[in-house]
Amino acid sequence: MLEIRDLHVSIAGKEILKGVSLTVRDGEVHALMGQNGAGKSTLSNVIVGHPSYEVTQGSITFNGKDLLGMNPEERAHEGIFLSFQQPVEIPGVSMVNFMRAAMNAKRKYQGLEPMAAAEFLKLMREKRKIVELDNKLANRSVNEGFSGGEKKRNEIFQMAMLEPTLSILDETDSGLDVDALRIVAEGFNKLRTPQTSALVITHYQRLLDYLKPDVVHVLIGGQIVKTAGPELALQIEERGFDWIREEAGL
Amino acid sequence: MMEEKNSFVRQVAEKKYEYGFTTDVQTEIIEKGLSEEVVRLISAKKGEPDWLLQFRLNAFRYWQTLEPPTWGHLQMPEIDFQDISYYADPTRKKAEEGPKEIDPELMKTFDKLGIPLEERMALSGTAVDAVMDSVSVKTTFREKLQEQGIIFCSISEAVREHPDLVRQYLGSVVPYKDNFYAALNSAVFSDGSFVYIPRGVRCPMELSTYFRINARGTGQFERTLIVCDDNAYVSYLEGCTAPMRDENQLHAAIVEIVVMENAEVKYSTVQNWYPGDAQGKGGVLNLVTKRGHLRGANSRLSWTQVETGSAITWKYPSCVLSGEGSQAEFYSVAVTNNFQQADTGTKMIHIGRNTRSTIISKGISAGHSQNSYRGLVRVASTAEGARNYSSCDSLLLGSSCGAHTFPYMDVHNETAVVEHEATTSKISEDQLFYCNQRGISTEDAVGLIVNGYARDVINKLPMEFAVEAQKLLGVSLEGSVG
Repeated sequence: MLEIRDLHVSIAGKEILKGVSLTVRDGEVHALMGQNGAGKSTLSNVIVGHPSYEVTQGSITFNGKDLLGMNPEERAHEGIFLSFQQPVEIPGVSMVNFMRAAMNAKRKYQGLEPMAAAEFLKLMREKRKIVELDNKLANRSVNEGFSGGEKKRNEIFQMAMLEPTLSILDETDSGLDVDALRIVAEGFNKLRTPQTSALVITHYQRLLDYLKPDVVHVLIGGQIVKTAGPELALQIEERGFDWIREEAGL
Repeated sequence: MMEEKNSFVRQVAEKKYEYGFTTDVQTEIIEKGLSEEVVRLISAKKGEPDWLLQFRLNAFRYWQTLEPPTWGHLQMPEIDFQDISYYADPTRKKAEEGPKEIDPELMKTFDKLGIPLEERMALSGTAVDAVMDSVSVKTTFREKLQEQGIIFCSISEAVREHPDLVRQYLGSVVPYKDNFYAALNSAVFSDGSFVYIPRGVRCPMELSTYFRINARGTGQFERTLIVCDDNAYVSYLEGCTAPMRDENQLHAAIVEIVVMENAEVKYSTVQNWYPGDAQGKGGVLNLVTKRGHLRGANSRLSWTQVETGSAITWKYPSCVLSGEGSQAEFYSVAVTNNFQQADTGTKMIHIGRNTRSTIISKGISAGHSQNSYRGLVRVASTAEGARNYSSCDSLLLGSSCGAHTFPYMDVHNETAVVEHEATTSKISEDQLFYCNQRGISTEDAVGLIVNGYARDVINKLPMEFAVEAQKLLGVSLEGSVG
């Protein structure tokens, strides 16, 4: 599904990613771990096409298509979704109007007619339940006045609406209490299918307890230095990153 | 990031203006220039009574003593008032006997603008007075309205058919001595609408006037007078467009509204005059005096304006609240893009006891435009218990544009409560990217955000207008972000 080859990325002339290669197959959940500043968020931002990052070398393909040649909207339409680490507030734009614009833009890309209002609202009601997002939040402006936990639930709600094939969760667990974490993680799990994949960026094991990754990568200094099964996340939880650093000769 | 910011600002592309076409119709245009003879000629062409000619001449003589105002936050091009033709009549056919017929080209023009003049095709519940250049082309549903005693016609016809009413109210709200452009308008005004709603009548349909400038090198001097008698109600809409031309065209209007006891007037404008091109060439100079007088106790007047057009907008729809307990509202969205300039706002003059006014102003600036809110709230010593609430918000797109707020307060009664709030915000790159990631294009994202921002005002418009205004906001800002 997602194929990243020797990716080098700079921001404002400073190289952050120094040759990252990564393959995510259909149905797989990959965890990406590493300390602050390792380049985790850079990688997720580059995949979704954030304009601040410059790809200086390498390639990303998604279902065989060259992702780097697409604008952010096209990547979204192709089925890539980012759950933002810090979802931005958009005052004055109701969640309903926002989701409707997103949904209909995707349908247009797929050559479909806009969804009828009644059908759309029904869909919103159904999907809201997945993350226990109450009606009032759905009628408010996008993320405005939402608590940290509500914002993250709202991200998963949007994911449920847009049904992406690749979801990137950028520290979706940060700032969540135990209950909110459970709701978000269980919501995510309900949306999984054999055709959907995920890249989960996190510092902590507790989210991975729920999400059960197939593969765990460790990113240090802009490179993936270790890739292993789910047991790697447990080892990091116990021992930190230093031993990996030493093992890699850094 | 820096580079991205620059491109965000740089890509202020030419926006689309759908109404920029011209109509090829035989138009009688008088010679350019302004003099007593021209004033007399206009009056004679309209077959006006002597009192109106004298009114015009007085205004003209007074105007000659004035200088154009310069206090607006505007770079105003110098207007050569001798280089403008003051009368253009597209309905006039050469050597024709009998009543004028409407040229099919004119009907087509208004059809193209979405203003069908055939009553059977009209929007349900809306009567239209269509004005092109200096002349009213047609007023629909007149007979139907007449059944309830409602007068809705062009001001020229009103002068002929209802001279006493016109004479009683014309200039009573905006005297010709009010300001430079008011004096000019009073001297040379051509057409506009006249509305009279008799006592106790609730006007059953929306009344609207559609103004169109067509002829080259002419100015349009709209004059509209609305009188709403005791316990009556009317909702009135005004729309404006003009062809794309390289030179500036002048639209200097006066709108007067009189609201009697317990009466209510809602006045809505969607102003979409040609704004000039992306380099700031051409466009309409919209220099307008609009004022309502809330004469009767418990009278109500609301101005709602969506201003997206014109190269320069200089306009302050105002309210004089004389009647005890009268209430006035001003809701405004002003959008400027490219090199447009707007200096707009309102004046709320509280004279009567327990009068209330609300001002909600939303400015949206993009490109290299300058957008100013200018408002005055005056509470006279007689206005015991007066209240005003003002809220002025500015939204910036990019960093080459300017937003300014000039609130003036002048309070002479200590029981009055006057509140003012102002905010300035910017559409952030993060907001746009968030939308992009959800599959929403930048253009659509700006439309969503701007419409969300302007929602409080748009919601005040009658339904059909609200939909049009929403689309217009999107179109006006097209190309304003990269």
